[in-house]
Amino acid sequence: MAAHDIEVILSRQLADCLSLPIFIVGPKGTLLFYNEPAEQILGKRFEHTGVLEVDEWSKLFRPQDDKGNTIPPENLPLVNALNKRKPAAGSFWINSLDGKSHKITVTAYPIIGRARKFSGALAIFWKEEGEV
Amino acid sequence: MKVRLHGTRGSYPTSNRENEYFGGATSCVELINGTERIILDAGTGIIALGSEEYYKNKEFNILLTHLHMDHIQGLGFFGHLFNPNNKINIYGPSTTYESLYSRLNRYLSPPLFPIPFRDVPGNIEIKEVLNTELIIGSFKITSNFIVHPGPTVGYRVENQGKVLTYIPDHEPIMGSMEMFDDDDWLSGFDLAKDADLLLHDAQYTSKEYSSKVGWGHSSMEHAAEFAHRTGAKHLLMTHHDPLHTDEIKKRDFGEFMDNHDYDFEIGLAVQGSEIQL
Repeated sequence: MAAHDIEVILSRQLADCLSLPIFIVGPKGTLLFYNEPAEQILGKRFEHTGVLEVDEWSKLFRPQDDKGNTIPPENLPLVNALNKRKPAAGSFWINSLDGKSHKITVTAYPIIGRARKFSGALAIFWKEEGEV
Repeated sequence: MKVRLHGTRGSYPTSNRENEYFGGATSCVELINGTERIILDAGTGIIALGSEEYYKNKEFNILLTHLHMDHIQGLGFFGHLFNPNNKINIYGPSTTYESLYSRLNRYLSPPLFPIPFRDVPGNIEIKEVLNTELIIGSFKITSNFIVHPGPTVGYRVENQGKVLTYIPDHEPIMGSMEMFDDDDWLSGFDLAKDADLLLHDAQYTSKEYSSKVGWGHSSMEHAAEFAHRTGAKHLLMTHHDPLHTDEIKKRDFGEFMDNHDYDFEIGLAVQGSEIQL
């Protein structure tokens, strides 16, 4: 496998250093990495999840709105950032892989490097204040 | 392919007696296959290539890794630029907005340089590279962006079945001595994979590196681990710190080798030396 673009490698280096949960996908939406703080919310270590395609991870955490309606993948901020190549944000509920439910807020942006090469997208997310 | 090291010093040139073994000229490497030559970087080491006695060609290919001064300072003093019969192709990393010509012109113009770039008599063509493959004569060249402040590429040069990889400025992992386990997360991996010779940044000792995180350079430990991970057959550590005298370099390298056991050849790059691949 060819090495990732340098912008993606640097994103992971940054994610490794931050206490903020971060989720990184490649240009086709393949999950490449999430950091340790993200593992706390998603409920599973990245080593155990491994690389997932967009169709898998976008449903895996069963995203729902406040009324409990399933959010289709195309309405998720990270998928939006991938498809439209623009920053996107939103709040919704997820079910973590250890069985807990969390309301999270997500800000996602496309990773567009020099010469405007599109290399993937990155999502920063956090639990809503007061959410247990 | 012959590899001639014309400049192995990093940051700025030195010219004192205490540094003369490893040399004081900044980054420049010449690759030779018969009458074909390419030049990697234009630090002060390139000045030695500027005479017509040394270099009889009329076409020159200079591949810049990046535009820090220790990689371009010699360009304005490279004699062949001033011969209107010469064609000089200068390759270097692209960026999002400002052209390579414009960025080079910041140095090659008053007040930093007496002659505006546009008035240099040689026929100069500027060519921007990204993650690019290009062919120059019998040299097959791949450039990839690598981790270093500002747009910076490394080069992999293949010729007659041999591979030279040139990554003189590189901080493969910031603030850590541990690289990610997966090779595809390793900056520069594709460039250096199974190289016959890897010329790689090793400006610092690991102790020095700890106070220079984010400056874009490697410790000797980083360089050796990177070479090990990529399967390089021979590592030459380069971009020597200008504050490191020959005595300090030999001492630090000796201590490094006493404490590490790698199954490939490791040495320090010496200005004026030549390696046959």
